[in-house]
Amino acid sequence: MKRLSALLALSPVLAHAEPIIAQKQPLNLHAIGMFFVFVLATLLITWWAARRTRSAADFYSAGGGITGFQNGLAIAGDYMSAATLLGLSSLVFAKGYDGFVYIIGFFVGWPIVTFLMAERLRNLGRYTFADIVSYRLDQTRVRSFAALGSLTVVCCYLVVQMVGAGQLIKLLFGLDYRTAVVVVGLLMLVYVIFGGMLATTWVQITKAVLLLAGGTTLVLMALSRFDFSFENLAAQAVAAHASGVQIMGPGTLLADPINAVSLSLGLVFGIAGLPHILMRFFTVPNAKEARKSVLFATVFIGFFFLVVCVLGYTAIVIVGTDPQFYVDGKIGGAMIGGGNMVAMHLAKAVGGNLFLGFLSAVAFATILAVVAGLALAGASAISHDLYASVLKKGCADEKKEMRVSRIATICLGIVAIALGILFEGQNIAFLVGLTFGIAASANFPVLIMAMYWGGLTTRGALYGGLTGLISALALVIGSPSVWVGVLGHAQALFPYDQPALFSMPLAFLVIVVASRLDRSERADRERAAYADQFVRAQTGLGAAMASSH
Amino acid sequence: MTTDHPNHVLTCALVRANPKFQRLARQRALLAWSLSGAVLAIYYSFIMVVAFAPAWLHLPLYDGSHLSLGMPIGVTIILLSWLLTAWYVHSANTRFDVLSSQILQESRA
Repeated sequence: MKRLSALLALSPVLAHAEPIIAQKQPLNLHAIGMFFVFVLATLLITWWAARRTRSAADFYSAGGGITGFQNGLAIAGDYMSAATLLGLSSLVFAKGYDGFVYIIGFFVGWPIVTFLMAERLRNLGRYTFADIVSYRLDQTRVRSFAALGSLTVVCCYLVVQMVGAGQLIKLLFGLDYRTAVVVVGLLMLVYVIFGGMLATTWVQITKAVLLLAGGTTLVLMALSRFDFSFENLAAQAVAAHASGVQIMGPGTLLADPINAVSLSLGLVFGIAGLPHILMRFFTVPNAKEARKSVLFATVFIGFFFLVVCVLGYTAIVIVGTDPQFYVDGKIGGAMIGGGNMVAMHLAKAVGGNLFLGFLSAVAFATILAVVAGLALAGASAISHDLYASVLKKGCADEKKEMRVSRIATICLGIVAIALGILFEGQNIAFLVGLTFGIAASANFPVLIMAMYWGGLTTRGALYGGLTGLISALALVIGSPSVWVGVLGHAQALFPYDQPALFSMPLAFLVIVVASRLDRSERADRERAAYADQFVRAQTGLGAAMASSH
Repeated sequence: MTTDHPNHVLTCALVRANPKFQRLARQRALLAWSLSGAVLAIYYSFIMVVAFAPAWLHLPLYDGSHLSLGMPIGVTIILLSWLLTAWYVHSANTRFDVLSSQILQESRA
């Protein structure tokens, strides 16, 4: 149970997780060498992007000049975090089919984003998802709420990534935890401040290509041990795993149906409320490219998740029966480096130290790309939504706005480094549940209703959004993993770890009721404005154009 | 943004009055919501089987196989998601975009 808990901490399911305390490893020179090559390449990208980032449009949306294919890779790069490669492969290694069920939940939101959101996001928005939510509503109040929702999600997810990064780098490179957190924070600042969205996009593309190539190479090398026969793999995995044939079907992880459904709702609809993912749709020139980009992203992410699943099963045989990967050589005991290292051990077993070094560098690159995307989304919420639209009422000087966005990035960087150090060894598992819970309960309901329901008013959006935000927060605080696991009380206030099943419908209900009861003159104007918004959503008439490069 | 243009309001009214626009909106809504419904129905049926009839997913794929029925079912969910996504993107990028640009051509104010 303890080993499972430890690996859940890096994967985004957060049940009752124990703090992950990684042991420091000897310096890994292959890994450090390859990591330096990657950092050098990304700094060159940033230098190239910095010379092309002049206007606010360049900074927030790369001038809308990214193609659908490039953006598809970048979306995949934003979404496939180190938790995907390490956490999910370890989950399959430990729990078999339960891990696969979990992986499918992580994937299934993407088609929904394609059908319902991609083209409307592009047609209605410009730089942040608050543009769409406040399109016909009260700019000041609705944008303030949207910025609050974005920043809450960004900060929670940044802490998760920073703590994960610190532990991972300590393990993979043998660097000190604090040094690792500071290095990640500083690189993130350099990419975002100098290169804006253009540099962030290309860092994500580079990382996505490396991750896809690394994962595919690893799975092919691992499968060659089984003569590329899945039947052969299944037979050996069943023989090697302590749970035997149970690993080929659902087990205990999702045994509680209410928790399972709540988790899946958070995962599926949380994607459509993550500000750093939503922001990617504004980097393409038009709705057509936006649709293409989610199609490519869906294919890449689905493919990679299948690879990760196969990696987990091959590791059951290759890593799970090899004493060199266990503390004191005791198979079935504690794994060297902790329960999340399965994919890394597999890399060493089939590809030697050189391939291990390559995959370590890829894992680090993965973290860097994700935190850069998060920092950019947070900085845009501050400079574009709070500063330019709320404080300056849309009349901000562009130069000043860009300066604010850079100062905001620095502040976010400092916050991320400070929280990363503060949370070392803490149980941060609940933060992942919180991130997806708030994204699905606050950002998603308001965004989808703003796009699809003409009856939405400012009051409905505010009351409903805040209800979702506060109820998700309260339910996570009262859940077993925080109330009992972190705060040490005997009995949880709320029996489930995942809030979405309750907080998301509640948010929708309040949005509808508060909008319907809103009889103000402003509300009538807002309802009437939907007709023109609908024309733009359908045809792109008046949508933001790509700036020329 | 072109929304500030004085002709914008007039153009919007012309677009709305165009029967092709009604057709575009209806067809797109029908396709987008039915595909979303299909994906969610497939996924939540799967989750219900996992929660209430897990033994069914444990059945061997064929006699003597160690692979379970659950394996191809999981892979199928991902493959179906790909196909449905590709279907929507293809329809939208050809049929809907052609219709949409015709509407805009006919509605120049």
